[in-house]
Order: sequence, then structure tokens, then C-alpha cells
Amino acid sequence: MSDIVQLFVSGISTGAIYALAAMGFTLLWQTTGTINFAQGEFVMLPAFIMLAAMNLLDVGLLSAFVISLVVSMVLLGAAFKRALVDPMAHHGVLPLIIATIALGIFMKEAVKTFYSAEAQPFAAFAPEGAMRIGPVSVSIENIAVLAVAVVAILALQLFLQRTFAGRCMQAVAQNRESARILGVPVERMVLYTFLINAALATLAALLVTPTYLAKFDNGESLGLIAFIAAIVGGFNQMRGALAGGLLIGLIDNFTAVYISTQYRHAIPLILLIVVILFRPQGLFGRAEERRL
Amino acid sequence: MQVSHSLKVWALSAGAGALGLMAASAVVPAQNAKTVLMINAIELSGGGATVGTNWRDAVDMAVKDINGAGGILGRKIIVKHFDTQSKPGISKAVITKALDEKPYVVLGPIYSSSTKVNMVVTRRAGVPHIVGSEAASITQTGNPFIFRTSFGQSASMPKLANYLKDEVKAKSVAVVWVNNAFGKGGRDNAVKELKARGIAIAADISTEVQQADFSAEVVKAKQSGADVLFAYLHEEESARLLIELKKQGYDKQIVGETTLTSQKVLDLAKDAANGVKGHVGLTADANIPAIREFARRFEAAYGRKPDHNGIKGYVAVHVVKEITERMGKFDQKGFADALHCTTITTEQEPGVLMDISYDKNGDVDRASFLVEVRDGKQVVTGVLPKLGNAVGC
Repeated sequence: MSDIVQLFVSGISTGAIYALAAMGFTLLWQTTGTINFAQGEFVMLPAFIMLAAMNLLDVGLLSAFVISLVVSMVLLGAAFKRALVDPMAHHGVLPLIIATIALGIFMKEAVKTFYSAEAQPFAAFAPEGAMRIGPVSVSIENIAVLAVAVVAILALQLFLQRTFAGRCMQAVAQNRESARILGVPVERMVLYTFLINAALATLAALLVTPTYLAKFDNGESLGLIAFIAAIVGGFNQMRGALAGGLLIGLIDNFTAVYISTQYRHAIPLILLIVVILFRPQGLFGRAEERRL
Repeated sequence: MQVSHSLKVWALSAGAGALGLMAASAVVPAQNAKTVLMINAIELSGGGATVGTNWRDAVDMAVKDINGAGGILGRKIIVKHFDTQSKPGISKAVITKALDEKPYVVLGPIYSSSTKVNMVVTRRAGVPHIVGSEAASITQTGNPFIFRTSFGQSASMPKLANYLKDEVKAKSVAVVWVNNAFGKGGRDNAVKELKARGIAIAADISTEVQQADFSAEVVKAKQSGADVLFAYLHEEESARLLIELKKQGYDKQIVGETTLTSQKVLDLAKDAANGVKGHVGLTADANIPAIREFARRFEAAYGRKPDHNGIKGYVAVHVVKEITERMGKFDQKGFADALHCTTITTEQEPGVLMDISYDKNGDVDRASFLVEVRDGKQVVTGVLPKLGNAVGC
């Protein structure tokens, strides 16, 4: 029982990080039709910005996170939108996908060149070690990761549903032209989406890097898993990406312990195939029709 | 007419000589009378970047030292570094291209999977090949050109198993290993040696190269109830495993072989590495003046402490120097013959840092160390003598 609880906690805490990245996928897709294949690198880069801030400016982790948040929102939010998405969006989904793949490669190589190809240690934001809850021993860091991720996700949901700006963003996501006719400042709402995506990626970097260590190629696996999570949960629903992330995290951990460590990465892909075959809109997504 | 005939003979002789020289230049290593070329095919990116960077920097340092003292037989060393990207496929392509430059010797790589493909190419070319890899199978193929710089697993695992039985008093062990040539070879040798000493394998857990999340593996190890966890992974993965073990409050003894207590792992894992014990073939913390001095100079040059891969890279270049100087000429076949069944002492060549012996297969024998990590530093707790059982000599 103790093992199952431990696995559940660590699986769901890892899954919450996947969910943060996966939600970025859905946000950008809903508002601009962008599938950002550099999403994994969007999580990798803020970790290095935090490291650079800590090493060069001699600031603590929290201050480095704030600096990274601002820089990421400028670079990975506003600049990404203006310099890459806006000019490419008119050419359709495929060129934009290829452009984001190229961006991901560029970001990886840039970090490798200017920082290092070697993994770097990264400070944990929560105390290490385990705490006992009755007979069960769980990692304090996992609990903290889970708590921060849940608070972030709840805050985002509240923002989207309870604020004027959030409802405008949803309107843009549902029907951009109607929103424009109703007076919603569409371009600003789209910009907000990119800024939120950058913020989510920075938060994911803070949570995941102490365990993964900071390395230029961290984004490869993280981006792929987040993409799978978004597809499995539902690419057009935030709650779908959330559920997909948590599900993948749990499946990954339970598979490794109770089925096989060798095939742990295959199971999410099998799940992806099954979902695409039997419920293409994802577990929590809504079916979309397109008239040709 | 007589003059004309002599001119023809002279012209033909000169032409033949020129052709001979051209032909010779095609088979003799591309080096002029003043230089000798070494190719260093090593992991400079990908999962092995950490180890490869240490090796490369130490090779550069050795080359600088040797060139500063006049080179090898009066020739300056030129070393060219090639990045294998830690991938066997890339590594093979790299070494195939690099051999076009006709090097005298090839150094690296460290990842056994890459070495296993590269050594086929260097053997075909007849180029001596000195590697940092540890997979047992590398020196078991009868390749006369392959040489290690550190223990193979067939030498290190018996030492480790003795340590677990006699010092740690382990009754059962959970083995966590990386599923590639390096890890599988280590796992197979470790399991064989542990079982031979009556130690049970409570869990046999394979992991992947560049794996990031070890939470499930740690739960499995905890479930097994083993007295000891033996980890045999690459440096970055070792650090991630240690971090996860600490996160989950793992309280049993953690033991490793060389990589687990290497400097890079300590740098990455920080406090999570405290208390880890292990057997290491080489360590910058060894109480040997030559190693201490090397480590001091390396740290001054590169701003970080060298790990065992740095020591291996430094030793590799000095082994080339010593054997070549013993022969008194640059002869690749002769080099390979001369390095088998031989010992290089630090009196003969101080750059080897510790006395080192080679057997018939190119395996290394030398003293080794028992270590423990205390306050983030590797502390040597014991010295194990050379095995002294050189195969085939």
C-alpha cells in the first residue's frame, strides 16, 4: 500500500509538470492554430536563464525565477509571437510546425554553444527528503511540486473563467471573428495567450529541473510527452491537457514498477494510438467539424 | 647520345622516386618529420558530454606538457578532436572520416557502445586505439590494436564484489544498471561475481540512457528490501538517481563502481551523494602526489576538478609517448606489440601517474581505491593492490 501511495504521489507530481507543458500546447492551438513543437525547449530555456541569473547576478532561486519569468515572457511569449508565429501563421499549420521545430533545434544548439553541453546542477525549490504520513513515506519535494502545479492550474482556470480578460480569451479561442465583431481586442488576447504559455513553461522549468538537471536536450523528451498528453487528453480543451498530463505521469510510474522498466515509454504511445483510433478528439476533447 | 641516355635514366629514377614517395605518403601517417598526429574521437555532446569533456581537456593538457618538453622522439604532437555525439552511429562515421588523416594513434571514446563500433574500423586500418571504455567485451575479441586506460568490468567487478561481501557485509543487493553495452556488461559481471560470493540479487532494474525520472526505479529498489543498492549508470543518470533516492528517503547503503562517485556526479548530485561508497580505479582524491599535482594543474587550467576520465585521457597520451620512445620509432604495428604484456612505471614515465600494466588483451591492471563520499567530497578509505594476474603474459 505504501508503495502504491508513493508511486501515485510521484506519478501525479511528474504528471502535473507534463500538464503545465501540455496546457501550453492547447492554449496556443486554441487561439492561433499553432502547434508549438519547441514547447519542450520552452521549458528547457527558462531553466538556463535561472541558472545564469543565479550565477551571474548572484541572486537566490526565487529572484532568478522572477527574472526568468520576465525574460521568458518577452522572448518565448511576445517575441515568439511577433517574430515567428505572426509572419508564418498566414501560410498554414504545416509551415508553422516546421518553423517551431527549427526554433527548437536553434534553442538547443544555442544553449549548448553558449552554456555547455554538460548537465548542470539546479537548486531544489523545496526541501529534499521524505516525510511519513502514517505508514506511508512520501517525498516532500513531490508534494511541493504537486501543490505548486495545482495552484498554478487553478489560478489559470480562475483567470480564464472569472476575469473579463480570461473570458475574452475564451471567446477568441471559440470564434475569433465573432469575438472581433463583439469588440474583443483579439490581438491583445492572443498575445496574452503566448505570455501565459511562456509563464507556464517557466514554472514547469522550476519544478522539473531539480530532478532532471539542467541540460540543453531536456526539452526533447519533455516536449514529446507533453504533446502526447495534450493529444490523449484533448488538444482543444485545457482540462483535457491537464488530465492527459496527470494520466501519462501515473501510467509511466506504474508501468515501470508493475510491468516493465524497458517498456515504460512505449505504454503512453500505445495509449496515444488507442485514443486516436477510438476517440480522436481525446479523452476530454470535443469533436470538431471542418467544412471543406 | 650518352648524355641523353643518362638524362633519361635520371628522369626515370626521379619519377620512380617521386611515385614511391607519393605511395609512401598514402600509407604512412600524415605527419611531417616534425609532428605526429593523434585523433581523439570523444563524446563532446549528448549524454557523454560530461565524461568526454574531461577526457578531451586532459588530453590537451598532456599534449601541451609533452610538446613543451620536446614532443615524442623530437616530434610535436598534433591532436584533433572529433565529437561522437555519444551515438555509436555518429561515432563510426566520425572515426571513418578521421582515419583519412592517417593518425598515428586514435584516442577515445569512453562510451562502450561507440568504442565497439569504432574499434572495428581502427583494427581494419591497423591503428593503435586507446579507449576509456569499460565494457568487458571490448578486449575479448582478439583485437590486437585495442587498449584500455582503466579497468575492464571483468577486473573491477570481482574487486567490488569482495568489497560488498567483506566490508559492507551485504546479504542482498538491488542492481540498477543502464541498458547499453557499458551497463549490461557491468550488470552481467557484477551479478556473476555477487552470486559467486553468496549475495542474493534482490532486484535487477534496468534503466535507459539519458533517463530523467528515476522515481519508479527507486520505489522498486525499496520494495526489494535489499541491504545495498548497487548503481551502475553513466554520470548524469547516476546523479539523477541519487537525487531521487534522497527525495524518497532511501536509507540503505548505496554503492557504485567508479562512475557513481566521480567528481561530476558529486557536482551534480551535491548533498544527495553523501554516504555513497564505492570502488574506483582512478580518483583525483587519491593520496598519490602525481595525481594530486595533475588534479591541481587541471583545476587551475579548466576551473573544475578532473574526474577519472580526465586522468584516463592524460594517461593515454603518456602511454603513447613512453611506448613510442621505447621503440625509438613511429611504428603502429610495433606499438601494438610493444604495449601488450608490459608495465610502465612512474619512474619510466611520470605522466602515467601510477604504475600501469597491460595484458595480452589490452586490459589494464593497477592499484585501485575504496572511497566514500563525505560532505560532497570523495574520501579514499582504502587502497587495493594490483591483481597481478595479467592474462596471457
